[in-house]
Parts: sequence; structure tokens; C-alpha cells
Amino acid sequence: MTVGFRDSIGLHANALILRERRGEILASNIANAATPNFKARDFDFDAELSRAMGPGGPDSTAPGHLGTARADGQLGYRVPVTTALDGNTVELATEQMAFAENTLRYQTSLQLLNRRISGLMTAIKGE
Amino acid sequence: MSDIKTIFDVGARALSAQMVRMNTVASNLANAGTVASTREDAFRALRPVFETEFAKAREGLSTTNVSEVVMLDREPERLYRPDHPAADKDGFVYAAAVNTEEEMVEMVEASRQYQNTLETLSTLRALMARTVQMGS
Repeated sequence: MTVGFRDSIGLHANALILRERRGEILASNIANAATPNFKARDFDFDAELSRAMGPGGPDSTAPGHLGTARADGQLGYRVPVTTALDGNTVELATEQMAFAENTLRYQTSLQLLNRRISGLMTAIKGE
Repeated sequence: MSDIKTIFDVGARALSAQMVRMNTVASNLANAGTVASTREDAFRALRPVFETEFAKAREGLSTTNVSEVVMLDREPERLYRPDHPAADKDGFVYAAAVNTEEEMVEMVEASRQYQNTLETLSTLRALMARTVQMGS
């Protein structure tokens, strides 16, 4: 049985790219918490990940290619719980909670990826 | 100004915008007790105007910039102080149009948002540093 390197680390590599991207978007939202008329952005992580893991995609040139996580995924606008008079839709509680969750999940993916790589290293060295 | 490329550009500009806000609060509070001889010369509170700057190359990245600092259109209080050296011929002086409580609220909000941005930034920085060491 042969398992490609890409297959064995694929999920978490893509997850890591998307988590980093989401962290940057949430940080931009937090940075704009006091700017009038700013609209908070975010994307659906699950949808983007399954798009990245599914077959095909704009960058595949052969049927067997896996997609890769892309940094220009579908960005949406956050629907605020209560609207503000100045047109700003950033709610710090929501953003910070999402950021905390995103950070934790990034660390989880990173940890799993690290374990996977050190497992491969052990197999390569045969020690 | 150059385009926003990384999260550090976002952080740097957002932090300096909040810093401008803190500085205007400081100068407003410093001038809160001053008086002037005419209505026009009286100090009026300063406020920065924030605007969003979007990254050109990457969708979703955006930061805060101070587009201008405006003087609030408020009427200075006219006080009867005939013994004041700056009093006009009728004995009136014009006190600075600064609301101290409002400035305190502004100061607390600016400092909290500075902290929020900084905390977010240092979390992302730590994640990047850990990712660099991946596999070792």
C-alpha cells in the first residue's frame, strides 16, 4: 500500500492555510471595531475546507488532482445581533469568541501535523 | 501609503490610529480648564475621524486609518469673570468646550481597543512562530 505524502498530511495542511486566513480576517474585524460603516467579514470554514479537499478545483489539471486551500475563498458579511447607529457591524464579543476558537483549532491542526511529520520521520530513519 | 500585505501592517496602522485617538483625548483634557477672551478663540474638543483602509491585493484584510482630526462644533460656555485678565469689556470669558466625562469614556474605549488589537496580533505572531518550527 502506498500513501502519498500529500494524502497523509493533506487535511491539516489545508486546514492550517484556511485557519490562518480566517485569523487574519477576524483580526481585521477587531482592528476596525471603532470605524464607522465598517462591515465585519468572515467565511464558512467547513464549506471552504470541503471545497479544498474535494476533487477538481480551478488549479487541477488532471482528474486525480486534489484541490488546495485557496486564500481567496468566498467571503461573507457578518449579520450583527444588534445594529449600531454608526453602521459598524463589529461585535467584539462575537469576534473575540470566533478568534479564540480559530486559534485553538489552528493549534490543534498544527499539533496533529507535527505528530504526523515526526511519525514519518521516525519511519524514514527506522530508529 | 503602501499596500497592506500582512497582518502586521493591519496591526501597526490600527494601533497608531488608536494612539492618535489617545493623544487627542490627552490634549482635550489638558485644555479642559482653559478660557479665552472671544468665542472664536475658545478651545473646542478634538476628535479623530476613523476610516477603513482595505488591502488591494488580499480581500478581507483591512485596517483603520485616521483620515482627519476635526474640532467638534460645540458652543463654549460664556462665564462672567470680571476680575479675569482675559475677560472682554463686558467681563465675560469663554471656557473650553470640553466634556471631561465624555473624554474619560473615549480614553477608556481607545485603550481597550488598543489592547484588543495588540492581543490579537501577539496571538497570531505566536502561532506563526510555532508554525515556523513545524516538524522539528
